[in-house]
Amino acid sequence: MRWFWIDRFESFVSGKEATALKNVTFSEEPLDDYLPGLPHYPNSLIIEGMAQTGGLLLSEIQQFQQRVVLAKISRAEFHRIALPGDQLRFTVNLQSLQADGAIVGGSVNVSGELQSKMEMTFAILDESFGEQPFFPAANLLRILRIMRLYEVGVDSSGNRLTIPQHMLDAEVEEDGMPGE
Amino acid sequence: MVQIAEEIFQKVQVALVDALGVENEEVTPEATMVGDLGAESIDFLDIVFKLEKAFGISIPREELFPDDVLTNASYIKDGKVTETGIAELRKRLPWADLSKFAQNPRVQDFGNILTVADLCRYVETKL
Repeated sequence: MRWFWIDRFESFVSGKEATALKNVTFSEEPLDDYLPGLPHYPNSLIIEGMAQTGGLLLSEIQQFQQRVVLAKISRAEFHRIALPGDQLRFTVNLQSLQADGAIVGGSVNVSGELQSKMEMTFAILDESFGEQPFFPAANLLRILRIMRLYEVGVDSSGNRLTIPQHMLDAEVEEDGMPGE
Repeated sequence: MVQIAEEIFQKVQVALVDALGVENEEVTPEATMVGDLGAESIDFLDIVFKLEKAFGISIPREELFPDDVLTNASYIKDGKVTETGIAELRKRLPWADLSKFAQNPRVQDFGNILTVADLCRYVETKL
């Protein structure tokens, strides 16, 4: 099973905010057994989707060369369940950024209706936690392309984001050719 | 008796209850952040953020956590902060009550000296 709980970015402003979409389908395994009789997409995975959206927003600031982990869910309020056929729109914004971590706030809407609100703390790991990246750069770039990050992403001045050279190099090294 | 402004204390209390999931009654002026309230290092990021929002202030990390002093070899001997080091800490953290720590200033204990009252007095210096 893939561990990606957003499908694509809809907008992305470097170091500031992002929106991402997740389509809930009946064919997804997590809906089967979570609450028999009422198949719905678990709120815990919605938290994970928010963490992935926020974590990517945070990681992009240093061109995905820092290791970022979800450290704490400070608040999570849910107002309705997510059902097959729903499209979840994750909106995250970076509220505070320090050298060792960050606070990200966000909400999820379904057809304009508030589904949930969250606030989470991320830790930015230093070298005392080792130096290996969590995701090989080429793999991560493949995922970011699928999520269309570089198709919609802009910097704070509105200029289109470019793919970091180290990721392109890693891709060439692995595949022998760039992905686009 | 610890003297702190009630209005400041109340806002700090709200921030700590929110950030640490503790009860109002647990947040007393004398409570230590780590030992009594169970704050972990990542919680301080959250606490600082909430205090900045509540009071409209900016809190540089080094003002609350003088890591550079505690890792400076000239201030440390045999795992303890030297008298010069204590003097430096008092200069850097005039709002903190270091009297108890100074009696047996083991570096490893420093992380647990910060109390709610210290935090209130620190915030007061920023207003």
